[in-house]
Amino acid sequence: MQKSRHDVWVGLFVLIGAGAVLFLALKAGNLLSLNFDETYPVVAKFDNIGGLKARAAVKSAGVVVGRVESISFDDKTFQAKVAMQMQKKFAFPKDSSAKILTAGLLGEQYIGMEPGAADKNMVAGDVITQTQSAVVLENLISQFLFNKAADGPAPASGASAKEGVKK
Amino acid sequence: MNWFNPVTVGAATREWLTDVGDATRLFGRLLAVAGPTLRRFGLVTEQVFFVGNKSLSLIAVSGLFVGFVLALQGYYTLQRYGSAEAVGLLVALSLVRELGPVVTALLFAGRAGTSLTAEIGLMKSGEQLAAMEMMAVDPVQRVLSPRFWAGFISMPLLAAVFSAVGIFGGWLVSVPLIGIDSGSFWSQMQGGVEVWADVGNGVLKSVVFGVAVTFIALRQGHACQPTPEGVSAATTRTVVLASLAVLALDFVLTAMMFSI
Amino acid sequence: MTSNSLLPFVAPIATPTLVELRNVTCGYGDRVILKDVSFSLPRGSVVGLMGTSGGGKTTVLRLIGRQLEPMKGQVLFDGVDLATLDREALYAVRRRMGLLFQFGALFTDLSVFDNVAFPLREHTNLSESMIRDLVLMKLNAVGLRGARDLLPSQVSGGMARRVALARAIALDPDLIMYDEPFAGLDPISMGMASRLIRDLNHALGVTSVVVSHDVEETFAIADHIVFVANGGVVAQGTPQDIRDSTDPLVKQFFNALPDGPVHFHYPAVSMPDDFGLRTPP
Repeated sequence: MQKSRHDVWVGLFVLIGAGAVLFLALKAGNLLSLNFDETYPVVAKFDNIGGLKARAAVKSAGVVVGRVESISFDDKTFQAKVAMQMQKKFAFPKDSSAKILTAGLLGEQYIGMEPGAADKNMVAGDVITQTQSAVVLENLISQFLFNKAADGPAPASGASAKEGVKK
Repeated sequence: MNWFNPVTVGAATREWLTDVGDATRLFGRLLAVAGPTLRRFGLVTEQVFFVGNKSLSLIAVSGLFVGFVLALQGYYTLQRYGSAEAVGLLVALSLVRELGPVVTALLFAGRAGTSLTAEIGLMKSGEQLAAMEMMAVDPVQRVLSPRFWAGFISMPLLAAVFSAVGIFGGWLVSVPLIGIDSGSFWSQMQGGVEVWADVGNGVLKSVVFGVAVTFIALRQGHACQPTPEGVSAATTRTVVLASLAVLALDFVLTAMMFSI
Repeated sequence: MTSNSLLPFVAPIATPTLVELRNVTCGYGDRVILKDVSFSLPRGSVVGLMGTSGGGKTTVLRLIGRQLEPMKGQVLFDGVDLATLDREALYAVRRRMGLLFQFGALFTDLSVFDNVAFPLREHTNLSESMIRDLVLMKLNAVGLRGARDLLPSQVSGGMARRVALARAIALDPDLIMYDEPFAGLDPISMGMASRLIRDLNHALGVTSVVVSHDVEETFAIADHIVFVANGGVVAQGTPQDIRDSTDPLVKQFFNALPDGPVHFHYPAVSMPDDFGLRTPP
């Protein structure tokens, strides 16, 4: 078998191609971490996480202070368990609360951390119990309709306006 | 050909069927000589250089620009719904699932496909293939098969490069230029792109397209009239047939992808 | 008879004729070119195969190499009917033949050296140094040892044909077929070509078939002439026999007469009709 003078270039080409495939596969998976800062794990429990996804941001005052690592279901308390990695350089009080907020009206959901007032700070393995679940649109609409129904029939001022129009 | 005359239509149909049968036989022969060809891998490597390496710059630059455009178009629409951060996901899914394999295949047909057809057509008209036959060397095994396997190997790699460069291009436009949060860009993408369902299907598509385009190019060259007009007609036919085949197969594969 | 011990051995039967055509009818599609043709090529001779254009000379070469299959009849190489051979055996037989195409048919992407080395590299397991020696010997035989690194695009037509000849004899075949070796060559190259054909035939002990239109050169080197026209063999014999022949077609061909059994005018309506000279009735 003759040695081809193009072997080196072909090898390079295959390497580039394989690298591209790897990039696509890894970038799509959760293996690559883009943040190389040191982190400590914290868990938060929610009644409803809405559209929160893994690798979503944890922000406080709008600044990214951590990442959501994984989301699982606790079948003892029937709540969602969200495991987060908080950056070590920011310390939060032990009684901080977590809210699920939406970026924009229909945008990506993230966790907002509100600091508490405790003296001691959160450590690795802490569980955040003060949480506010995500806003679920259907609940909001049914609540609105319920309130509307509770208001009763239209008030008297509305009737005179109608009479004015008839004339 | 008179379309209204049943005799000419019948004759043309029969000719077309003979053509299809001949092409199938060639495909069968290509598969049959796969073993000996792959054992002489040096021949395949040589062809990968001509078919793959030489297409790399075209594919990479095209991928970059497609990535740019996808990000711009995507941002323009998404930001109306406040979902601008999903642009990364949009770019990645469009490329990995569809545009990567399809556009790469079309570019490949135009660049490598035509060069294969012309090369083989010219070898045929210069009696080189007949000379090989008379020297007891099977031209299908020595000339066509290495090029077939080169196309089979190169296409998925080129499609992956296209998608990867496109995603990078999308990032370039979204993050430094438009100002979308880099983290959201990647996290939305990683949340939405599944390795086996999306990337895997994209790779599968590019393999199928590679086989189709390379085979059509080789077959047109092998079966052309050994004259200058014949070679030029064959080259045109390669681009037309290969492009149509890619788009038709794309539909079939996408339908299969969604039903699995 | 040379036989490469690394190739499958096709046992030769010692017949006085190397190639024989028996009652062969052959053509392309509906067109019959050869009808019930029989002749044989004696071993070790130079045979000139001549005839009118489209008369079937190249068809005979294709039949011998089995690039074409006869509709009727048999083509025998060394006593073996080519129709009975499968692909492997056919390739083994083809390795004992060398065919020189009209324009050389060199592989344009390979150098002169690689072109001649091609059959050796494909069919033998010889080391590169042995192949180098063999290739240089073959190139030397055709006088092109110094041109080994040139590309086919860089050599003249005559040189290309000599390279093709070196390639055709690379595996030391038993039969060498030349398709129009003199066409389009200048007198010097023509002289070189005919000398090569003659010398190789003697030196290698091969049988040569030369298809050509060039009466003078072919007569100078051939031992035996076969004249093919109108679907059959019109005349056979030594060059002198052909010169003495009384057949009108043979006489027209070999004396280069413009008109005779092969007409000057292509079939057409009569002159008065075409030019409207005939008065209407």
